[in-house]
Amino acid sequence: MPTINEKLTEEIRTQAKALLADGTVAAVIGYSRGSLPMTVKPTVVRASEDCGKLVWNSFCVLNLANYLPEVLKSVEPPRGPRDPKPEGPLAKVAVLATGCWSRNIVVQTQEHQVDRDRVVVLGVASRGMVSRRKVEEQFAGREILAVEEFDHDLVIKGADFEEKINRWSVVRDNCQTCTRPDPVLVDVRIGEPASERKNPNPFQQVDKIEEKSSDERWAWFTSEFSTCIRCYACRNACPLCYCPTCFVDDAKPQWVGKSLDAVDTGLFHLLRAYHCAGRCTDCGACESVCPMGINMRMLTKKLNKDVLNLYGMEAGMQPASPLPLTTYATDDPQKFIVTEAKAVKEGE
Amino acid sequence: MSKTNKTSETNMTSETNETDTWEPKIIAFLCTWCSYAGADLAGVSRFQYPPNIRIVKVPCSGRVSENMILSALKSGADGILVSGCHPGDCHFISGNMFARRRSPLLGNLLEFVGIEPGRVSFSWVSASEGEQFAEIVKTVTERVKALGPATRLIKKIDQAA
Repeated sequence: MPTINEKLTEEIRTQAKALLADGTVAAVIGYSRGSLPMTVKPTVVRASEDCGKLVWNSFCVLNLANYLPEVLKSVEPPRGPRDPKPEGPLAKVAVLATGCWSRNIVVQTQEHQVDRDRVVVLGVASRGMVSRRKVEEQFAGREILAVEEFDHDLVIKGADFEEKINRWSVVRDNCQTCTRPDPVLVDVRIGEPASERKNPNPFQQVDKIEEKSSDERWAWFTSEFSTCIRCYACRNACPLCYCPTCFVDDAKPQWVGKSLDAVDTGLFHLLRAYHCAGRCTDCGACESVCPMGINMRMLTKKLNKDVLNLYGMEAGMQPASPLPLTTYATDDPQKFIVTEAKAVKEGE
Repeated sequence: MSKTNKTSETNMTSETNETDTWEPKIIAFLCTWCSYAGADLAGVSRFQYPPNIRIVKVPCSGRVSENMILSALKSGADGILVSGCHPGDCHFISGNMFARRRSPLLGNLLEFVGIEPGRVSFSWVSASEGEQFAEIVKTVTERVKALGPATRLIKKIDQAA
């Protein structure tokens, strides 16, 4: 009997083939098999006969929305920066999207990076993606040569061992706390829709750090980010980072030094997270691609918590309203504002 | 801006050694239309306020980005004060409202990573509030003095090498 993911793979291939064959879309963004166990490659398929290489499994950790603006540009007829937009409708692009990725597409639409009319969303309900790191930690010192996936278990195979582990136990932290596995945008449905998951406190990991004292939090921050090698994989994997010149590349003024100095790496992570405030959907791509295993997601998650508590907004959930930091209310909280009334009182 | 930071950094290192006579260095980003004029009025009216603030004139409090605030901290500022027009009085209609939206997010994030609360403050001062400006500077300076010299997120060039 085929597993859930085998069925989804088959459905993705059929739908992609149909969309490409009848010319609805010029390209499909999906995944193909990776060269190592537990890896997949983000792939752009442009011909219907290539659809057979598309796959879907529990290791699709990268956010495909990241590639959407670029692929959309690639299917447009070539033109210079000052040339007028070509007349008539432009070619469309189909993209696979789970809950968080589809919310990123909403954010990209709100920020005018993506034209919603040119995107065909192949909506897949996410079952939670597996963290390769978590699996490798369980098999420390042993080389994993192949991983076979079943609905609720993974079978890990090496040269001299074969072990079965529970799939959910190695699912990424952000997927375990996720409440919205089902895409918010669906043009073509793949598989069955998923219901909203119940999670009384999705911010539990953040709360744990908040409970600590200021000194302990500083100790946590410095040790967590001390191993950063400034490869910027977290930035490059993020669908929110599309600035032509990133603040880390600015030389005049140089906001963040380019060295591996602890303060520079700390500032890089603070600013990177802050730039995602109100836009991050907690897709976990940054953490998944980090070669050093840094949990930089804690910073963006903290900002997500504040944006939700202070402004009642969640990225990608309110397509009609502006992004939280591009708008304001007359009664916004004033926690950090020193008012003169307070100043006079404290001065007395 | 970078010039101000550099000066504060060199002075900082020499001053932190003498803990008894330590005086905090506070970078104040003042909007040119209200708070800067308020500071001016405080001076013209001879209201006394602590000489710990170093003023950076900005076109609007909404112009002050997190880059500037963190850059000032990195360069050794003990405290930051961002001050703009009162809500509703912004010269650009809503710049200070956007600044207010952003302020708790940055403040909370800095607290989250272990920066002491009170290092970064925001305030509203109008052009006619010279006395209030002096009061706010007093409060902020006292707060930062109570916290002591900043030790976190400061880039020390000699140690980095």
